[in-house]
Amino acid sequence: MILNGVAIYVLWLREMKRFLRAKSRIVGSLAMPLFFLAFLGFGFSRMAIPGVSAGVKYVNFLVPGIIGMGMLFSSMMAGMSVLWDREFGFLKEIMVAPVSRVSIVLGRIAGGATTALIQALMILIISLFIGFRIASFGSFIMALVFMLLISTSFIGLGLVFASKMKDMQGFGLVMNFIIFPLFFLSGALYPLQNFPPWVRLLTYVDPLTYGIDGLRASLLGVSSFSLLFDLFLLLGISVLMVSLGAYFFEKSESV
Amino acid sequence: MDAILVEGLTKKFNGFTAVDGISFAVTSGELFGLLGPNGAGKTTTINMLSTLLLPTSGRAEVAGFEVIRNRDAVRKSIGIVFQETALDGKLTGRENLDFHGMMYGLSKEDRKARIQDVLELVELSDKAGVLVENYSGGMKRRLEIARGLMHRPKVLFLDEPTLGLDAQTRRHIWDYIKKLNRDAGVTIILTTHYMEEADYLCQRTAIMDLGKFVALDTPSGLKDILGGDVVSMEFEKGMDSFVSQIERLDWIKRIKLHDGSLSLTMEKGERRIPELINLAQRVGVTVDCVHLRKPSLEDVFLHFTGRTIREQEASAAERFRAMMGPGHAARGRR
Repeated sequence: MILNGVAIYVLWLREMKRFLRAKSRIVGSLAMPLFFLAFLGFGFSRMAIPGVSAGVKYVNFLVPGIIGMGMLFSSMMAGMSVLWDREFGFLKEIMVAPVSRVSIVLGRIAGGATTALIQALMILIISLFIGFRIASFGSFIMALVFMLLISTSFIGLGLVFASKMKDMQGFGLVMNFIIFPLFFLSGALYPLQNFPPWVRLLTYVDPLTYGIDGLRASLLGVSSFSLLFDLFLLLGISVLMVSLGAYFFEKSESV
Repeated sequence: MDAILVEGLTKKFNGFTAVDGISFAVTSGELFGLLGPNGAGKTTTINMLSTLLLPTSGRAEVAGFEVIRNRDAVRKSIGIVFQETALDGKLTGRENLDFHGMMYGLSKEDRKARIQDVLELVELSDKAGVLVENYSGGMKRRLEIARGLMHRPKVLFLDEPTLGLDAQTRRHIWDYIKKLNRDAGVTIILTTHYMEEADYLCQRTAIMDLGKFVALDTPSGLKDILGGDVVSMEFEKGMDSFVSQIERLDWIKRIKLHDGSLSLTMEKGERRIPELINLAQRVGVTVDCVHLRKPSLEDVFLHFTGRTIREQEASAAERFRAMMGPGHAARGRR
């Protein structure tokens, strides 16, 4: 359990370089959230949706949800990028280095969280152009804290899956049976109280529910749970997910 | 001092024994080869010695450290070039080396100096700023060798260092390997299934087959076991009567039938060929072709396993398929 600061830094640096060099990846990862925001936001703009507080326009209700969605997808990808490294052989170079596995996990989380945050901020900035308003600087900082917690939680979860898989074959399964349900059950697109009771139970075990609710609490001042409840629950989830990710990564065979 | 000490090292995967109780020692400064077909267990051995795989049983020391209990000390002391490329294509050559240097805790000045040194050694200084995805296969290999040397390892593992490279590049890489071993005194363990590679490079070579060592000696010592040149002959017909004739000749040390051809071991084979052809004519047997071979490690392999290395690879692939079941038949290893 020795933390190696230089190794964490260089793993983070590598992610940054790779991210900035893959321009098409940045554009691609922004496209889906922006399409959702634009088409759903304008498509439903004149509809009254039960559960959205009076005085909150649907498009504004949607912005925190879409930010959460972007974080979910990019963070799971970042966690699962171990699979890419395994596929291209680079994982062996990392694993054979005299660096504790915990440092490797932390470096990956630092890199993944930074790229996910950059993408989320880009969505937030673009949403300002379609009329979204952030209440205060304080609420912006609070939203950043939630973004960080969402991304570390799902990078941890991504690491768990990546450690359990030998190759990329299972990626589609995770996409369809984990990532999409997490997204649709999180209340990113609609208020959760419209679900029948048994589905609502499922929404309560989805970590993204609290992430998006927390983002709404910070950015809009409207939420289902209290901001502090969201914050501490998500903090706990994120610590748990990172620990699980580190544990399974440590146990996985590197060749 | 021994750079590597291995006792009864074994690795099993789901009941399949990949490495079967091998024991050997490699002296500091030696260039040691593991020769064998694909599937013989060479890479598994390297993976255990480099701490990437836990042995099922047995023990191993690398640079004086135990590979199971003292992993980090082993990792610090070794450099490794994997069989498959392990570079980040989205980084430049220099960045790949710098990443490595930081992971191994080299200081900034040290990294700068080392990167320059190792790039010069493998003649890649002018390509250092190019993204690795634009490198040729040979350049990638050279960069990986350079990277393996960055942190001044005591022991360098090279897993099939010239696999898939053209003859000229292979020759270049051989020269680097020799130079490294000679000038820097690095202990080098290399695996290969190219006979000529082991022959040209290694001071001692272990022949590995089905997870075991079948022989271990210097390349010339291994060839001496064969007792001289090999003359192989093929016949249109009547090989049996020819064999019964030559069994009486005392200068023929060994007679082997293999795939319808006859392999005869003798000294000064080139002087005996006319005699053999005369004899064949006398007994009325038509000789199709005659081939003289100075002994190579291929013959040594044949001698110890009864098969050529290529046949061994074919049957190893069959075993692998049988083990994985029919559904996996098309999915070999990359």
